[in-house]
Amino acid sequence: MEFSGRKWRKLRLAGDQRNASYPHCLQFYLQPPSENISLIEFENLAIDRVKLLKSVENLGVSYVKGTEQYQSKLESELRKLKFSYRENLEDEYEPRRRDHISHFILRLAYCQSEELRRWFIQQEMDLLRFRFSILPKDKIQDFLKDSQLQFEAISDEEKTLREQEIVASSPSLSGLKLGFESIYKIPFADALDLFRGRKVYLEDGFAYVPLKDIVAIILNEFRAKLSKALALTARSLPAVQSDERLQPLLNHLSHSYTGQDYSTQGNVGKISLDQIDLLSTKSFPPCMRQLHKALRENHHLRHGGRMQYGLFLKGIGLTLEQALQFWKQEFIKGKMDPDKFDKGYSYNIRHSFGKEGKRTDYTPFSCLKIILSNPPSQGDYHGCPFRHSDPELLKQKLQSYKISPGGISQVDDCGFSLNHPNQFFCESQRILNGGKDIKKEPIQPETPQPKPSVQKTKDASSALASLNSSLEMDMEGLEDYFSEDS
Amino acid sequence: METFDPTELPELLKLYYRRLFPYSQYYRWLNYGGVIKNYFQHREFSFTLKDDIYIRYQSFNNQSDLEKEMQKMNPYKIDIGAVYSHRPNQHNTVKLGAFQAQEKELVFDIDMTDYDDVRRCCSSADICPKCWTLMTMAIRIIDRALKEDFGFKHRLWVYSGRRGVHCWVCDESVRKLSSAVRSGIVEYLSLVKGGQDVKKKVHLSEKIHPFIRKSINIIKKYFEEYALVNQDILENKESWDKILALVPEIQQSFQKSHNSLQRWEHLKKVASRYQNNIKNDKYGPWLEWEIMLQYCFPRLDINVSKGINHLLKSPFSVHPKTGRISVPIDLQKVDQFDPFTVPTISFICRELDAISTNEEEKEENEAESDVKHRTRDYKKTSLAPYVKVFEHFLENLDKSRKGELLKKSDLQKDF
Repeated sequence: MEFSGRKWRKLRLAGDQRNASYPHCLQFYLQPPSENISLIEFENLAIDRVKLLKSVENLGVSYVKGTEQYQSKLESELRKLKFSYRENLEDEYEPRRRDHISHFILRLAYCQSEELRRWFIQQEMDLLRFRFSILPKDKIQDFLKDSQLQFEAISDEEKTLREQEIVASSPSLSGLKLGFESIYKIPFADALDLFRGRKVYLEDGFAYVPLKDIVAIILNEFRAKLSKALALTARSLPAVQSDERLQPLLNHLSHSYTGQDYSTQGNVGKISLDQIDLLSTKSFPPCMRQLHKALRENHHLRHGGRMQYGLFLKGIGLTLEQALQFWKQEFIKGKMDPDKFDKGYSYNIRHSFGKEGKRTDYTPFSCLKIILSNPPSQGDYHGCPFRHSDPELLKQKLQSYKISPGGISQVDDCGFSLNHPNQFFCESQRILNGGKDIKKEPIQPETPQPKPSVQKTKDASSALASLNSSLEMDMEGLEDYFSEDS
Repeated sequence: METFDPTELPELLKLYYRRLFPYSQYYRWLNYGGVIKNYFQHREFSFTLKDDIYIRYQSFNNQSDLEKEMQKMNPYKIDIGAVYSHRPNQHNTVKLGAFQAQEKELVFDIDMTDYDDVRRCCSSADICPKCWTLMTMAIRIIDRALKEDFGFKHRLWVYSGRRGVHCWVCDESVRKLSSAVRSGIVEYLSLVKGGQDVKKKVHLSEKIHPFIRKSINIIKKYFEEYALVNQDILENKESWDKILALVPEIQQSFQKSHNSLQRWEHLKKVASRYQNNIKNDKYGPWLEWEIMLQYCFPRLDINVSKGINHLLKSPFSVHPKTGRISVPIDLQKVDQFDPFTVPTISFICRELDAISTNEEEKEENEAESDVKHRTRDYKKTSLAPYVKVFEHFLENLDKSRKGELLKKSDLQKDF
């Protein structure tokens, strides 16, 4: 995109020409736009797309993807924000153009860190998956061809010849006949995830892929391309950021979501060690509460637990000296030799505060990181209870935390997602210390509690496979306190 | 075949590298028609010298350079590695991070020791005609898949010299495959999972993928003779206990029967009952096949295949322990291939000596050049038929290359 000092000129294309530039309601964003636009439009487009992607995220948390409710709500969001979604509608040029330009603007904002990129890619993939799912069958082939993908649907004769083989190979096909199922012939190397698990029929170097599986391949392609593109964008970012017109907007956009990393020193030293036990029951998220309890009971935690909990404590304001004292006191109760602690464990604590080795000041783990890396095994207490616990055990635990049975069921449609344990702590503290008025009565008068969806935990394991994991928690009565960036 | 004495190796290798090693065919292979600049020059070789001295990152300018070096260093073992971004023998002069492995053939290594849990005749480095059938089945199963499923055309199978076989897939597109795709191919070809602790190593789901069905059909051709007669896997209590662990209820019928064949019939009857009653909890519908696969299906080492920079023993290299030459295997005659008739280096050197003495007696003043000598030399030894197999493989490579060039020039309308 050009942001030179040229005079502004709105492109006006004649009818057919306009449609030719956007032949479909969806695209892979392979070519950047080459218009000139006004700053105002630039801003508005960006903000609208952020709103859209945020809705995509929230709907994905509140509803199972692909269900009727999910589809219809997402469609109305798209319509409201005037982005394209469906083929064969009137006057499609504007919505498609908005879709195209806004995507590329957001690349500038979201290429800047690993976490931003991951979030952006995830929502864009979900959006593409939705749009593809409502594409009429006869349009699919055209779309694939126009997107330069080598996916050809095979003829009926070819289908009949291989019918048995294809049906026997593809788990996504039930029954014994292919019927009207479209089968695509693609070079085997493009279907890696399918053929490695023998989930597709291979013949002479080609994979014969049913439509359902093609979607997974397309999304993978999309993710890989977008990921590369973001890396490239990040490299040219300094040039863009030096444009003072754009800098404030881009910064604002990228900070509004996927939030802080809680490594700021704003609250250092405000917590004393004897407050921790009480705080753990009032303001710690369940994962940290569990870790604290295990530490008190066993006078020990394994490495994974020490990392997750130790960095969380740093994030809530513990100083290095406090941390050393805290861990040492507890470990000594477990009959550990004080010298052994100094030799073995204190170095690691100092390291995590950035005082040793390469002096990286490690940041507390976000929910995504906790859920995705280092799953706990026997004897571990770290991880995320909503992801790593058996649903029944989780229910019991929450009951013991005195959440009402009503709370331990369905997810509320509050349209918000929690994604960092320290975020939980901060907001909890804010409420308890009278930061803002509480509009609704929470179920427990004193302590805000999470309302997990036990159902969602089961879905989580399959969702995890495609990196679709936002923490499925919401907090009753708190949605008003998370100001949505305008 | 005479017994091989490893202490003779230095002398034998000298003769082998001077008079018998098929350099021109070897170069013809690795040069791949000279279509890509420096393809041969950027290829890594590694040599293992006397006293286990191992040197990597060897590379050569051309065929005669290769010959001279091999004759000079007299390697006990030669390995072939990847084609790199720069000449491997200059890799130290390259900027850090710039020296990268770029292309290599897709290779497979099938080793008899990986079957020790299912062969009764031998273990570890030993092989015998009774268990060699495992290699025969492996070659048939893997080769069929590489050819028919993946469409790979240029596959060279080589006897490793002791207890296994290697496969080199040399298609142009295959040499460029990423590590991830190579791993995926090995996964596709793998069915036997689990180490010592796992009793039942093959689990089939209700739907049988064509790859599995076709592999079973190959195994069926060999199973009775290989498993029930030669290996006699159900001979006595000790041997059939392993199978009983998978199907406990047939114990009685096993004891009543007289030989492996009968016992297998009983097992098939029991297994077929479960095939029709899919809802049961105990066994899947394919029990009989799962046992056959556990005993016969190929076992691949993924680490050999997935790395682009992995080094593998070169064809026509000598095995230092057995003295046998790593010879190509004729796919048309896989069933007849007998590793015990593969010539050893001492054997062919003696053959060469005998011929030379005869020739000296017959010819008088022939001042033949060394090269001419050598082009006839291997032909007069037992190495000849194996070089022929190799040449056939090279001809196919040439044909393909010509075909590709024609296609490209047609597209560009070059005449």
